[in-house]
Amino acid sequence: MSDTHAKSVAFVRETTIPQSAPPMAASGPVLWMRTNLFATWSNTLLTIAALYVLYLVLTATMPWMLNGVWNTESLRACREVLDGTSGACFSVLTERWNQLLFGFTYPSELYWRPGLAFALLFVAAAPVLFFDLPRKLLFFTAIYPFLAYWLIWGGSVLYPLLALAGVVVGYLVYSKLVARNFAAGFFGGIAAAVAFIWIGGLLIPETASDNAMLEAVPSRDLGGFMLNMMLGVTCVSLSVPIGIALALGRQSDLPIVKMICVVFIEFIRGVPLITLLFVASVMLAYFFPPESTVDLFLRVVIMITMFSSAYIAEVIRGGLAALPKGQYEAGDSLGLDYPQKMRLIVLPQALKISIPGIVNIAVGLFKDTTLVSVISLFDIIGMIRGPILASTDWAGVYWELFMFAGALFFIVCYGISQYSQWLERRLATDHR
Amino acid sequence: MAKAAEMKVSDEVAISIQKMNKWYGTFHVLRDIDLTVYRGERIVICGPSGSGKSTLIRCINALEEHQKGSIEVDGTVLSSDLKNIDKIRSEVGMCFQHFNLFPHLTILENCTLAPIWVRKTPKKEAEETAMHFLEKVKIPDQADKYPGQLSGGQQQRVAIARSLCMRPRIMLFDEPTSALDPEMIKEVLDTMIELAEEGMTMLCVTHEMGFARQVANRVIFMDQGQIVEQNEPEEFFNNPKSERTQLFLSQILGH
Repeated sequence: MSDTHAKSVAFVRETTIPQSAPPMAASGPVLWMRTNLFATWSNTLLTIAALYVLYLVLTATMPWMLNGVWNTESLRACREVLDGTSGACFSVLTERWNQLLFGFTYPSELYWRPGLAFALLFVAAAPVLFFDLPRKLLFFTAIYPFLAYWLIWGGSVLYPLLALAGVVVGYLVYSKLVARNFAAGFFGGIAAAVAFIWIGGLLIPETASDNAMLEAVPSRDLGGFMLNMMLGVTCVSLSVPIGIALALGRQSDLPIVKMICVVFIEFIRGVPLITLLFVASVMLAYFFPPESTVDLFLRVVIMITMFSSAYIAEVIRGGLAALPKGQYEAGDSLGLDYPQKMRLIVLPQALKISIPGIVNIAVGLFKDTTLVSVISLFDIIGMIRGPILASTDWAGVYWELFMFAGALFFIVCYGISQYSQWLERRLATDHR
Repeated sequence: MAKAAEMKVSDEVAISIQKMNKWYGTFHVLRDIDLTVYRGERIVICGPSGSGKSTLIRCINALEEHQKGSIEVDGTVLSSDLKNIDKIRSEVGMCFQHFNLFPHLTILENCTLAPIWVRKTPKKEAEETAMHFLEKVKIPDQADKYPGQLSGGQQQRVAIARSLCMRPRIMLFDEPTSALDPEMIKEVLDTMIELAEEGMTMLCVTHEMGFARQVANRVIFMDQGQIVEQNEPEEFFNNPKSERTQLFLSQILGH
């Protein structure tokens, strides 16, 4: 508009009038305090009351925190050091540090492997989370799940390579079939990948993991916060794409696909997660053939993923419904086919709308991974409640341990939340 | 004023609609539509709201499905075959009442999206084409902005440029100026007039009768899902034949 005015309006100011400095009381900390803390007398009262409560909380907790003991062997030794004064026995954290992080059966000389996998997670996640980074880094992201599996579980490198090859085969079949029909490509790709991995799995000899480069570690040896991170990262990164597929399936024109998606979503949402976890730990064994030993970790991942993908599907459906119909029509009228329209126009906008909801579920899911302690997996809560509190050395140290677990979860969840807020600002292009 | 209307139109058929019928549920929206559009023709479709004019042009690029009769666009028969539909859609450009630009993409990306993904044009070439058409609609300097930063008239001109980037042989306009304030209507109409003068085949649903007089070489009046009357603009406005048309014209030209 301004350019049209520049021609039609007779007078346009070209220089600004020099500004004079505002009076002292109108800016700076004094003004801030006056408007925010002491605006009215009731406001002033509330400020003073809040400060008093803050003082009470800090005087009650700070001596305990600051007086904490960090290096004793047991609770008794810690109490002796404290000698009746109030103080925390943080030494349980230092003494049981490895158990809290890795569980109590993961071989201690192999801690570097999950540690390395954790460090590489940031490299793999970076190009997905920050799309200004060079796209070539996504190559590493694609390899990362298989690399991380190999690092953490060890054993024959053939298994992750087979899984990687299966995904590549699935993708090739998809890209071949998708030209004809999206549904054919989608299901054909999945079927091809599963068939390839299944047949390949039969070909790998039983003894492949003996004398492997990385010593094999069975799933039951995983534990501690590592287990929570593994479950959280795996389930979130699987349930977002599955959730998208379910949401699109629920809108599909194909009645059978639509029905399956609706039934799946409604059923899973109607069942408590803890029930699904018990099903995973106890009942799922009945459904698999007797000789098969589907890993408990895998069973738990399947259940949590199903659970959160049903929720994410509903959040994304909300995002899809919020898009004006005109966006679909504009895509159609330009001749884009279904996958192009979804990938380039509909999903970028629908997912942007769904970010707060998806993050909400991701954070909830991550914290819900502690529920696996109920089915006797030794995640960080399972470790605290089981081996640590049950030991004669540390029986009775509740505050320090649960505070630590809470702090770990808070750091991760707050990070996710901050990232999502950044993402929303970054993607705000509508200038409303 | 009738200068454009006198321009010669070819005998080549661009769109041929025969005995086309459409229902929304049990509501009969379009009844026995017969329409032949020749290449280079500029047709304005008018009529009261609910008369099926938008539905008619949305049937041409299969945004709406017709149930009976046939539609042939550029020699391709519209069927439920997705391949045919995508082919027709990439040949037929469309502008909407509410522009329907993609708000998450810049103006330039809006214009290059379809050429790159549908036509498989190299990015650089697609961008050059896009800049060419953005210059044509006189907003090349907005190329890096987002649709939300532009005025309505500018957005509609971008929408026209976006369609043109696919180098369509036919353009459909679905009330392109109805959502704009009067000042902006002119800038969009000017763009459309320019397009018409270059010989683009155009079907335009609009209430801008001035535009119809100046540009169209055929005006179609629809009511209750039927084509009631069609004629050259001079004849149509000065000497309407059916009573319904006379009533309509008296109402929209009366004040």
